[in-house]
Amino acid sequence: MTELLELRPDADTLPKLLLRNARERGDEAALREKEFGIWQSFTWAQYAERVRNFARGLVELGLERGDIVAVVGDNRPEWLIAQLAAQAVGARSLGVYQDSVASEVRYLIEFAGARFVVAEDQEQVDKLLEVWDELAGAADGDGRGIEKVIYYDPRGLGSYPHDFLLDFSEVEKIGRSATSSAEDDFERWVEATAADDVALLSTTSGTTGKPKLAMLSHRNLVTMAHSFQSVDPMQSDDEFVSFLPLAWIGEQMIGAACGLLVGFTLNFPEEPETVQHDIREIGPHTMFSPPRIWENMVSDVQVRIEDSSWLKRKVYEWALGVGYRAADARLEHGAPPRFVAMLNGVANAVCFFWLRDKLGVRRIRRAYTGGAALGPDIFRFFHAIGVNLKQIYGQTEVSGISVAHRDDDIKFQTVGTAVPGAEVRLGEGGEILTRSASVFLGYYKNEEATEEALRDGWLYSGDAGYMDDDGHLIVIDRKKDVMELHDGTQFSPQFIENKLKFSPYVKEAVVFGGGDYPFVTSLVTIDFANAGKWAERRQIPYTTFTDLAQKPEIYELVLEHTAGINGDLPESARIQRLLLLHKELDADDEELTRTRKVRRRFIADRYRLLVDALYGGGDAVEIENEIAYQDGTTAVLETRLRIAQPATAG
Amino acid sequence: MAQTQVQAPPASTCLEVEGVTLSFGGVHALDDVALDVRHGEVFAIIGPNGAGKTSLLNSISGLYRPQQGSIAYTPAPEAAPLPLIGRAPHKVAQVGIARSFQNIELFRGMTVLENLMLGRHIHMRGNVLTCGLYWGPQRREEIRHRAAVEDVIDFLEIENLRHQAVGTLAYGLQKRVELARALALDPRLLLLDEPMAGMNVEEKEDMARFILDVNEERGVTTVLIEHDMGVVMDLSDRVAVLDFGRSIACGTPDEVRADPAVIHAYLGDAE
Repeated sequence: MTELLELRPDADTLPKLLLRNARERGDEAALREKEFGIWQSFTWAQYAERVRNFARGLVELGLERGDIVAVVGDNRPEWLIAQLAAQAVGARSLGVYQDSVASEVRYLIEFAGARFVVAEDQEQVDKLLEVWDELAGAADGDGRGIEKVIYYDPRGLGSYPHDFLLDFSEVEKIGRSATSSAEDDFERWVEATAADDVALLSTTSGTTGKPKLAMLSHRNLVTMAHSFQSVDPMQSDDEFVSFLPLAWIGEQMIGAACGLLVGFTLNFPEEPETVQHDIREIGPHTMFSPPRIWENMVSDVQVRIEDSSWLKRKVYEWALGVGYRAADARLEHGAPPRFVAMLNGVANAVCFFWLRDKLGVRRIRRAYTGGAALGPDIFRFFHAIGVNLKQIYGQTEVSGISVAHRDDDIKFQTVGTAVPGAEVRLGEGGEILTRSASVFLGYYKNEEATEEALRDGWLYSGDAGYMDDDGHLIVIDRKKDVMELHDGTQFSPQFIENKLKFSPYVKEAVVFGGGDYPFVTSLVTIDFANAGKWAERRQIPYTTFTDLAQKPEIYELVLEHTAGINGDLPESARIQRLLLLHKELDADDEELTRTRKVRRRFIADRYRLLVDALYGGGDAVEIENEIAYQDGTTAVLETRLRIAQPATAG
Repeated sequence: MAQTQVQAPPASTCLEVEGVTLSFGGVHALDDVALDVRHGEVFAIIGPNGAGKTSLLNSISGLYRPQQGSIAYTPAPEAAPLPLIGRAPHKVAQVGIARSFQNIELFRGMTVLENLMLGRHIHMRGNVLTCGLYWGPQRREEIRHRAAVEDVIDFLEIENLRHQAVGTLAYGLQKRVELARALALDPRLLLLDEPMAGMNVEEKEDMARFILDVNEERGVTTVLIEHDMGVVMDLSDRVAVLDFGRSIACGTPDEVRADPAVIHAYLGDAE
């Protein structure tokens, strides 16, 4: 185990890996970005050159070792260039989710005391300008506060008069012209970076409060990449599409750390709206996404199949049935019986091959899900259509991964076994503890939280779980969310929520039960696009989200699905009452985290009235809903939400 | 905030309309209309229904031929003015004037990309023979035009619609494609006929931002007809008001708003 932890001193930090790649395979493609409809490549040599220039530019502007450079924007080469440039100088990068509202951006930048912010475009710059006065006024003890904002998409910013605004290419130019005076500065800086320097501050998801900033060192990230690659090696000519927020540890883990270690090509989509199309064009070999992406894919397939012709539908249903049989057999005994394998071959030829092609996963060797629990049904679906989907478990604090499925040892209910170099054991109350070289250094400016999470080298995750007979880890839920029902059974809201979310018409579900609640209930939000399509096909007229959600037919649809779930659940865990929410849960309203996890406590609080009604006797609840129009006026809308009772018989 | 800076030192006239009269039989659609648009500004034409706004735009772009008056277009500050009346629409397009229509005039069965490539048609040199061979200079020309079109696509953020048939798009998006098609011409003067009609607030905000960006970053002088007063007053450097075919006021938004003749035309008299 220890040999993994010994990093070669010339390859123990991310900037060193960059220079190594530039030396060893300088003219191979490192990054590719789709722009003007064409995939434009940068080689490793060009990549390193841009990092060099930008780093020099930052230093000319006054960046020092230990400073913090915040980056906010969509995935673009400049994002990683900025990050690596900061790290090369011994500074730290802080990724901010690009969809954060101005107050969240302000909180993070102010809390971290970032001096430079690299912001993508006008949208992000406008957010910063909105809170500029507060930010500029909040210099920390040493008089250090925000100084410069560097943007890389100058669209619409030409006429902004602020002198702290700088074009990315301008900084690169400053760096280039500084080159002549100090020839080998950059190499020296990179050489001086040490494995135990803090490389990045990574925001934790913050399901309970303000996000914390986990300090991850180069050692954390590089050993994580080594240990991940020892489980599932990737190749230097592999393709990877980087489309999830780089502020998320998952994207940093594969896109940034493994990318530099292995040297595969990172592809950046043209726009967030074109991701699906761009993935299909690239045909990545590896994908890592949170459950949401996989769930959306399944919903999409289900809805489209329902829209297609009778014949296609029948072929699909038959093929999927075969696929399920083959997948179940494969996962249980290693190989399906000959006959099933043969049928599966036919199913593949007439259906799965084309389906994978449409989804852009035709070349996938391994697909991963992580960040939250994925329902077993979704898992089974992907294995049936021939996508090797595996679970990863880890958190920001262990650089993203500590437990994973092995190719020949996949179980839907588990998250797999510990990766090489990581030890996982269970603590008090089934809390999952991890120890490895990738365990973080602590929370930035938060001693108290650090002491709680980090004891004797073990990371206390706050997740509850247990080991099955084969040594696989099973994660139940957040420890504080796991409840005991009245008959003493352990109850995980997330488990039931995932079952609800398997319906393409359900977007989110928040399940309550255990503790003070006498039985299990749920708030459900419908999937507007899919449920809307469903209603259109049946010629059910609707206007808004609220209107559609309250249609009796939609209630029927959700109830039917819920009754099916209830059939699979132990009696005390069955959903007794539910209601369809009048709005979608939104991260801007703090109901979801930026990684789209439900903030259960917050929702229970905000919708107290609804939750109470679920446990009251009535069959409907009136709510007043204040709506802020764009012109600043507000209005109060009264909505009546029905409460329904799904069938609970087993 | 960007608006105030655009007003460069006394800008020269880009478009001068003088004494234009357009009649259909006994109806005077335009009656001695006069206005001037300066280089680099956003100029709005407003007025009640039937005031002759679209007729004026059609007269500029060559679709209508006024019986009297003159319309002179100066492509660049130092250039000589060109008379527009009597010039066929495609000749008007060739001197750098593009327009969009109130009712979307795109090829609904063609993709966004194809519509935009068609928008560059006036710049294309090839003929049946060279295009058929598609070799050498012709190939390079096609690539050059595609690059220009991609630039517009990027500018108006319609990357995700590139290969979709226009007819399948939502109305607000079709309007945006219509603007893109006009921009693909690489115009110096852009005539927009109700670019925001029928849009919701969000779409209007997007469109307003695009119009400003086109004006600022591509330096295109813009003349637009619009009914939404809020939009007009926010976007335009100057405004002309038409009423029953006559121009009754012309000036900055504030001046026009305070003009008694305008108030009269819109609201009638107090009595």
